[in-house]
Amino acid sequence: MTEQTLTTLTWLIPAGPLLAFFLIVLFTNRSRTLSWVLAWAGVFMALVLAWTVAINTIATDVHHLEEHPTVVHDAIEWLPVGDYFEGTWVEIGIAVDPLTSIMLIMVTFTITMIFIYSVGYHNWGAPLGKILGVPNHLQEEPLLSRFFAFMSLFAGGMLLLVIAGDLLLLFIGWEIMGFCSYSLIGFWYARDYHLKPDDIPHIPPRKAGIKAFLTTRIADVVMLLGIVFFYSVFGTLNFADALSAESLAHAAMTVGAVALGVMSLLLFAGTVGKSAQWPLHVWLPDAMEGPTPVSAVIHAAAMVSAGVYLIIRIFPLIAVGMGPQGSPMVGVIIAGIGAFTALMAATIAVAQNDVKGVLAYSTISQLGFMVAAIGTGAYVAAAFHLITHGFFKALLFLASGSVIHGMEHGAHEVHDHHTDPQDMRFMGGLRKKMPATFWTFLIGGLALSGFPFITAGFWSKDEIFADAWHQWSREGDILALTVFVMLAVAAFLTAFYTMRQISLTFLGKPRSPLAEHAHESNGFMTIPLVLLSVFAIAVGWSGIPETFPILGPLVNNNFFHHFAGSTIYETLFELSELNLVDSAIITLPFDVAPLGTSLLVALGGLFIGWWIYGRKPLKEGQIDPLVRPLGPLYTFLNNKWYWDELYQFLFIRPTVYLSERVVYEIIDKGIIDGTLHLIGRSVYRLGYYVKRFEERVISGGVDWLKDQFLAIAKEFRYLQTGRVQEYALISTLIATALIAVILLINYGWLARLF
Amino acid sequence: MIPLSWYLLVAAALFCIGLYGVFARRNAVAILMAIELMLNAVNINLVAFWRYVTPEESTGMAWAVFVLTVAAAEAAVGLALVISVYRNRDSVVADDLDLMKN
Amino acid sequence: MFEQILFVLLTIITLGSAIVVVTHRNLFHAALALMVSFAGVAGFYITLDAGFLAAAQLLVYIGAISILIIFAIMMTRRLMQATEQPFNSQRGLSIVGALASLVIMALVIAQYWPIAPNSEVPMASKTILEDAILQGSVAELGRSFVNVDAFVVPFELASVLLLAALVGAILVAWPKTEDQT
Repeated sequence: MTEQTLTTLTWLIPAGPLLAFFLIVLFTNRSRTLSWVLAWAGVFMALVLAWTVAINTIATDVHHLEEHPTVVHDAIEWLPVGDYFEGTWVEIGIAVDPLTSIMLIMVTFTITMIFIYSVGYHNWGAPLGKILGVPNHLQEEPLLSRFFAFMSLFAGGMLLLVIAGDLLLLFIGWEIMGFCSYSLIGFWYARDYHLKPDDIPHIPPRKAGIKAFLTTRIADVVMLLGIVFFYSVFGTLNFADALSAESLAHAAMTVGAVALGVMSLLLFAGTVGKSAQWPLHVWLPDAMEGPTPVSAVIHAAAMVSAGVYLIIRIFPLIAVGMGPQGSPMVGVIIAGIGAFTALMAATIAVAQNDVKGVLAYSTISQLGFMVAAIGTGAYVAAAFHLITHGFFKALLFLASGSVIHGMEHGAHEVHDHHTDPQDMRFMGGLRKKMPATFWTFLIGGLALSGFPFITAGFWSKDEIFADAWHQWSREGDILALTVFVMLAVAAFLTAFYTMRQISLTFLGKPRSPLAEHAHESNGFMTIPLVLLSVFAIAVGWSGIPETFPILGPLVNNNFFHHFAGSTIYETLFELSELNLVDSAIITLPFDVAPLGTSLLVALGGLFIGWWIYGRKPLKEGQIDPLVRPLGPLYTFLNNKWYWDELYQFLFIRPTVYLSERVVYEIIDKGIIDGTLHLIGRSVYRLGYYVKRFEERVISGGVDWLKDQFLAIAKEFRYLQTGRVQEYALISTLIATALIAVILLINYGWLARLF
Repeated sequence: MIPLSWYLLVAAALFCIGLYGVFARRNAVAILMAIELMLNAVNINLVAFWRYVTPEESTGMAWAVFVLTVAAAEAAVGLALVISVYRNRDSVVADDLDLMKN
Repeated sequence: MFEQILFVLLTIITLGSAIVVVTHRNLFHAALALMVSFAGVAGFYITLDAGFLAAAQLLVYIGAISILIIFAIMMTRRLMQATEQPFNSQRGLSIVGALASLVIMALVIAQYWPIAPNSEVPMASKTILEDAILQGSVAELGRSFVNVDAFVVPFELASVLLLAALVGAILVAWPKTEDQT
């Protein structure tokens, strides 16, 4: 396929969903069927185009890719900077390289599965519901068009981000997704909770949407600073141009590698927000207020992946920043945040009772894994885990949605609308009621835990461990050791809470009437689960290292490693020649320590989880067996380390106070309005005085003048008697008088007479 | 031998008598009679000047004839007006015709 | 000498009857006095060798206008009219006015045309004319009335004026309703 064709196809990838968005919003808003059909058409088109482009790239020879990673690149001149004709223009465009291709495969497939699932989830075809904005209790979602419109926009935004060839288009896609996450999390905008003390805490969806948007916004501001810094140093936002070896070397000389490290930290701030790392992780658990397909797409397939995708993209910059000439603090910060987040979120997930809540913290934790991997320089490992995580986390979310759906079926049948269908304490025994959901959930859960060999999660997690161990054992990097240990503990906890979740949900006997009357979901929902589970298993096999015993030589080609690594292979190689980076894309030698650790933690966690929760499954009303042993620690974990409360105290309350009291009441109403009122009153008063002046002086003066004239006229009126004779007489008298005067003047006195 | 000035003085006197009548008489017809006197005075003036200054030409006499004619016409119309006013207002007293008062 | 006596006589007749016209209480008597005054004026014309004009004066003024005035007096007379006040409120001031005018005019006249008889100042006396001219002055007058270079236009206009006056007087004096006389 020619490059021209590929370029066109790449531009068209986001066009399908974006066009679907506009068409749904403008035209098919009233018809639910037409809306979801349009949305499906959009994503299917994107799927076909994306896989075409990606497969085309995959089919290219790896060595060719190493030298020329960017298979497709195209840009349009967009924003004139400086002189309109002479100056350079900021360009905006696309680029496809191996990293993009694998992202395209994962993102389009998972989003398509989610779209298919959504039609079933929102119960299209079931009897009509009554209340707007209230989640499904077997009612047809009245806002389905709106849902698919935003989902399509979201998909379009993510695809824009993936094919972006520069930070500008990436940022545009980033912000589109930010907005869509707000509207989708707050999809059921009218929903309010009436909670009892024992219930799982919930905040209303609209507040959750605002929380998500604001938290990521904080991150986006810092990221924007990073983008501006990027542009000022490199003169372009294009990845291929700015992040090439020559460009980075030049930048390292002009501004210094430490500055480049600072720049990468600024951009990393965006990831901290978008991928819910500590300290900006607080929005993600509350984002569970949105419908489950939304949770799947945001927290598995797309949005959080976008954050990690960003730092994977700018990895050369980060590498220079934490390289020999840069500052090791960069790596410490990135890996530190990642590892800490991974561990913290894993501990919280252990004590959560909401089925989606566990998955939320699980997502945060896994993203921490990826961020930590980047922090230690494991480019390929991070990318690999991102892809596999996308598949199995989407699978897990969709399966949990199926579980919730089943529980809601049960709630409708027993007419109990007060029990939270998402609370795992009321589930149990769903293995028999919802078998397809059970098996797919199990596969996803095992993948998440890193069950050896057959699940994708194992291979990707193992690669992270291997990279970190290699850094420590061969290079002596203490940071890598710390990361290794923390991630190992986190992986243990991951397996543990996953097994806990599976046991509580599916094993044993139903603990409430809801679970008793649950039944399997419809085909729209189960088929995507099956398809995703295929990928959750198989994708991992593309990344088996060649050095792995037995299996390695069988495959004899770590396809993923070489393919993804080819994106920056050349760049890192040249940079390491210039002694600007420590890391390079290398094939790791086999080491038993990381493999053993990952086997131990995965199987160990699963076993202990089964031991506590699965061997003797909980009965109805029985309290979680961890509550008493852990005591106050359990409460601490259940309340999510009290981060929300801390932020409320530190930031939210002062800000609200500032805005309500200071700005609104004092400044706006008091000073500004007060000044305006003062001016208004003064002008009013002035007008009153002017009116008095006008009345008395001006009008009065004119009136006085008029009265004088009238008085004079009254006197003169008596002259007009109407009698002609009198007029004649008076005129004659006056005439003679005048003539006499003339005569006297001209002719002298009577002396001349006679 | 009568100097021209005697004729002129007579005409002036006649004129002034007529003037007095115009100013002082109440009855409208009396005022009109006084006006006729004034016109006659004018005519005497004209004819006197004609005879004394340019007797060969007929201008003076022609003029006097025209004055006569006009006086006749004016008397006719004026009296018709007086009669009409008398019919409408039942009075020929000039003082009563003060519609233009004030 | 004779001329001067005649002149004085004529003056007395004319001015006297004129005074009667403007002062007499009885309007009818005033109208008759007016006729006498007109006759006196005709006499003046005769002394000025304007015979035609004298005849015209008699015919028009005495014969027509005076009769007209008498008709008007008759038609506007009320039952007890004879005892009516002849003068209005400004009688005194009118005398003053009339006298002042007379004085002014007399002064002006005396300025230019001397009053004393027998003086050698030109314009003090009549020019001597041949009889032929005096006799033929009427024919001359008649010719001037139809001469295009002379007074044909005023002549024709005068006839139009008379027509207009005729029609106008009839219209003005036309009785409006049946109950008017």
